[in-house]
Amino acid sequence: MSAIDKSPELNALLASRILILDGGMGTQIQQHKLDEAAYRGERFKDWPQDVKGNNDLLTLSQPDIIRDIHKAYLQAGADIVETNTFNSTSIAQADYGMQELVYELNKRGSELAREACDAVATPDKPRFVAGVLGPTNRTASISPDVNDPGFRNVSFNELVESYTEAVDGLLAGGADILLVETIFDTLNAKAAIFAIEKYFDDHNVKVPIMISGTITDASGRTLSGQTTEAFYNSLRHARPMFFGLNCALGPDALRQYVAELSRIAECHVTAHPNAGLPNEFGEYDLGPEEMAEQISEWAEAGLLNVIGGCCGTTPDHIRAMAEAVSGKAPRKLPELKPALRLSGLEPFNTTA
Amino acid sequence: MTQSSAQFINIGERTNVTGSAKFRNLIKEEKYDEALDVARQQVENGAQVIDVNMDEGMLDSKAAMVRFLNLIAAEPDIARVPIMVDSSKWEVIEAGLQCIQGKGIVNSISLKEGEEKFLEQARTIMRYGAAVVVMAFDTVGQADTEDRKVEICKRSYDLLTGIGFPPEDIIFDPNIFAVATGIEEHNNYAVDFIEATRRIRKECPHAHISGGVSNVSFSFRGNNPVREAIHSVFLYHAIQAGMDMGIVNAGQLAVYDDLDAELRERVEDVILNRRPDSTERLLEIADRFKGGPAEEKKQDLAWREKPVEERISHALVKGIADYIEEDTEEARAKIMDAGGRPLNVIEGPLMDGMNVVGDLFGAGKMFLPQVVKSARVMKKAVAYLLPYIEAEKAEGEDTQAKGKVLMATVKGDVHDIGKNIVGVVLQCNNYDVVDLGVMVPAEKILQTAREEKCDIIGLSGLITPSLDEMVFVASEMQRQGMDLPLLIGGATTSRAHTAVKVDPAYKHPVVWVKDASRSVPVVSSLLSKEHRPVFMEGVKNEYDGIRERHASKRGREKAIPLKEARANRTPIEWEGYTPPRPKHLGVQKFENYPIEEIRQYIDWGPFFNAWEMKGKYPDILNNPTTGPEAKKLFDDANRMIDRIIADGWLQANGVIGLFPANQVGEDDIAVYTDESRSEALTTLRHLRQQGEHRAGVPNRCLADYVAPKDSGLADYVGGFAVTAGMGSKEKVEEFKADHDDYHAILLEAVADRLAEAFAELMHAKVRREYWGYAADEQLDNEALIKETYKGIRPAPGYPACPEHTEKGTLWSLLDVEKNTGITLTESYAMWPGASVSGWYFSHPQSQYFVVGRLLKDQVESYAERKGMTLENAERWLAPYLAYDPED
Repeated sequence: MSAIDKSPELNALLASRILILDGGMGTQIQQHKLDEAAYRGERFKDWPQDVKGNNDLLTLSQPDIIRDIHKAYLQAGADIVETNTFNSTSIAQADYGMQELVYELNKRGSELAREACDAVATPDKPRFVAGVLGPTNRTASISPDVNDPGFRNVSFNELVESYTEAVDGLLAGGADILLVETIFDTLNAKAAIFAIEKYFDDHNVKVPIMISGTITDASGRTLSGQTTEAFYNSLRHARPMFFGLNCALGPDALRQYVAELSRIAECHVTAHPNAGLPNEFGEYDLGPEEMAEQISEWAEAGLLNVIGGCCGTTPDHIRAMAEAVSGKAPRKLPELKPALRLSGLEPFNTTA
Repeated sequence: MTQSSAQFINIGERTNVTGSAKFRNLIKEEKYDEALDVARQQVENGAQVIDVNMDEGMLDSKAAMVRFLNLIAAEPDIARVPIMVDSSKWEVIEAGLQCIQGKGIVNSISLKEGEEKFLEQARTIMRYGAAVVVMAFDTVGQADTEDRKVEICKRSYDLLTGIGFPPEDIIFDPNIFAVATGIEEHNNYAVDFIEATRRIRKECPHAHISGGVSNVSFSFRGNNPVREAIHSVFLYHAIQAGMDMGIVNAGQLAVYDDLDAELRERVEDVILNRRPDSTERLLEIADRFKGGPAEEKKQDLAWREKPVEERISHALVKGIADYIEEDTEEARAKIMDAGGRPLNVIEGPLMDGMNVVGDLFGAGKMFLPQVVKSARVMKKAVAYLLPYIEAEKAEGEDTQAKGKVLMATVKGDVHDIGKNIVGVVLQCNNYDVVDLGVMVPAEKILQTAREEKCDIIGLSGLITPSLDEMVFVASEMQRQGMDLPLLIGGATTSRAHTAVKVDPAYKHPVVWVKDASRSVPVVSSLLSKEHRPVFMEGVKNEYDGIRERHASKRGREKAIPLKEARANRTPIEWEGYTPPRPKHLGVQKFENYPIEEIRQYIDWGPFFNAWEMKGKYPDILNNPTTGPEAKKLFDDANRMIDRIIADGWLQANGVIGLFPANQVGEDDIAVYTDESRSEALTTLRHLRQQGEHRAGVPNRCLADYVAPKDSGLADYVGGFAVTAGMGSKEKVEEFKADHDDYHAILLEAVADRLAEAFAELMHAKVRREYWGYAADEQLDNEALIKETYKGIRPAPGYPACPEHTEKGTLWSLLDVEKNTGITLTESYAMWPGASVSGWYFSHPQSQYFVVGRLLKDQVESYAERKGMTLENAERWLAPYLAYDPED
């Protein structure tokens, strides 16, 4: 297996327009109202644990559903689709006892997205697969035990090992980009980056990296307490092609942090906001047109290189946003002075 | 201060088991809570990075490192700063790196064990995303001479950058060794370090220099006063040579200027190796300063015998809090005996002392941690005085005067000079001020007001879209059921706008505050139970009157349909006219333009206005009442510009562009890619006056000044954007960190003037060289200010072209952001604030005018031409609409 580095092709596209990422996967799966039996499919019908809710398993048990969701987003105008592998790490799959399926989940996840892309790609409009590395359900810098703040239930090395396995599967299945997303603990993401870089060196491959963090509340910080710029400083060493924010907030609340990134990031800025905040029924209310209108303004303000959607967004949202940003110039990459950009929870920058 | 960029980065060293016996014992005894307190104190004392070292034979260093760093991660007041993971054992470093989510620093690696190991470690550090301290050490040993230090550092630099290690992430430690040891070869060690530092900074661009300062004075251990003097002198010279970070014990640092003159001279001889007998000469006098416990007391007593004002100043400069309460009490008694008030102690001796601190810091003779200590002494003194101030108020007249005011520049706007002045004035009058800074979203303002239990909210803004944002904040306050008074201020605000737009949105008091001097009476009236009803009744009557007049005026204001206005365009005889062809077409970029040249073009009038000093420059300097203060301000400003130039505080960047262009449609200007004029690069949209003018006065539009397409003439138009504010944010934050609001405000005011001056200078250059239509123009600065030249440079967002989003067109036409670094906020304010942009017109008849009120026909036409919805256009043109869009 050797992944092809599509950086030149992507860079050329990014210079000409704002690229479109797909929207929410979970929302689309929900529409199928799958029951336990549907989640299991034929292959896992005798699995000893309940698996309903393990959306990543559908890659193996209901591949047509997942491929069709990818297709719907591609038809709506997405340039990049995200694999259905948000929880496909040994750490997250441990909840279902499915750790040994991780390589397969990632490889097959990539393949489904690949097949959907290859079916519609043309030389004028190539499509790309972003192999998703989710945050896992454990945090390397926050203690789960309030009485022992020094305790950790996952170590950096365990995360590196788990992510390495996922990367191996994603690239084997044909992912063009590795997307470390929905980061709420930066140390987890640093482990993912460590795994990716080591994998690249060990296997002499390289694909573009996309990083996307999550500002969890109105304080403007990640769950692990970092401000946007501190977060950027912590992961800048990955030399990502894309850096952005996703989830947790709707476009109105997210805008200020995307604007902040737009100012400080030397690479392409991405955003995939939620369709607003969930209402009291856990549904997302922001409609495609309203969301597109806000995103259109972001594009006019020159904040964006890539736009997509997260929770609650649908192919209609993606279509409306694609139309809204069509013809609008992508954000130009700033040239920033070299500076020592350190961070704790807050940034500390100094030039020499 | 969430972000800072300081001249010298102070690394806290107290969480190091090899350097601190106290910390070592805490770790050994597993008293981690107390060990965390040590870390916390360092951050509170101004450490900008904290060094953590667990290298101790009796400890499981790796386990201790992991435990301590994990615990730090749970303490936001410590974890906010970056961590330096310090160990001589690689496995401990790696374990440490696995615990920090931020970007930290590894201390250290070196060529001690050869290139291969060095590069392997460096590669791993890159994967963890940390910066690195590199010791000047190779297989031969530690570098001691200047040449060896430079050679090893340069070699390390080349190796590291060769594998892609970012040069700005490299920090060299070229080894600080003890001087004055009695061994002749050691005499030059400090000079070796300082000179090597100078050369490394030159030969290794973007890399940094650090070191452990206390080593240098090692031979004087047991004599702390002399050690402190040595540290202080050493740092003074090393920082000038380019040392930009270091491990320094702030408690062991004397103030350079305060050193005994004789001691300083002899220490300087030692550090700079100026004479063969310098060690002996320092030893001769060293004992005199040694001061055992008894002697130290005697020394203390020496300053204790000075007058109380000097003692307070001394305590502030030295950061000694021990006597501050008794001294403050003495000053209070003295001032009150003389008929003064407790507040006068703050305004008098305490502020005088803080000014000395500010000056020393500004001159690089005090360091940030010392200033933080000074601020703490100040706070202690103020805390002591508070009960007296309260008591006085309780019995005084203005019983309810004291309160808490929240100040913010609204979302989308970056201008804060006026707001900062108001903040200082309120604070001087003993109001608490919570300043949220610039670009503050409504939600944050309201939330903070609730959390901080503020009594009043003050909003500031300078650009027109901020007016809308203020209305939004007011409506949100209404929606969320707040009842705090709302103050409105800033250059773009007005009594009329406040009365007509803001006040109706919020049913509790809304008051427009004309300037800082009005802020105190307004705030005190609003917070006084007694005065508030009377005051608000006055405001209400006034606003009602304004609203009535506004409503009736709107009906009576004569405006003519767009069609008629267009028919009355500026009469320009195009036949026989030859538009001047620019000497240089296209975009020209000016990076880091000499500020020395720009300052010649400063118009000082608005500068004094910003400080609310009325009068014309230069007469204002000789005015019998304001003259002395104005002169002082003027001198301070000029001194600041000297520093700006000498120390490179600000960078001035600009871009201009001149393009083939013709007027098209009625009110627009097509800008072409080239002289063939076949392909439009963009179209500039302009607005036309619609007032009913008397005969002979045209209904002007900027497009009138460019030859129409069908005239067949080859005309041109230009655009520009300049800034003098690059770097000002960092510097202002530095001043604020120093509690030096005066210099923070002064710097912003000066940067604004420089930006305007830069615009004036560029316009002159364009007229004389780049467009070149006035090549022989000879005007002095006064004539420039009076604008007696030909051609204009109107700015989008200002009266002749008041719609802000046109700046977006200008930005892409000149690629302003890339060429200058100036960005636009969502309200199209320029960031940094000290920026100016606009269009260039060359026609001799072109002049500045005010577009004024617009009828719906023009707004509809404009929206269509811009490709905006009508609603959107109405929003951007809200202040100029001659009709109510909701009717």
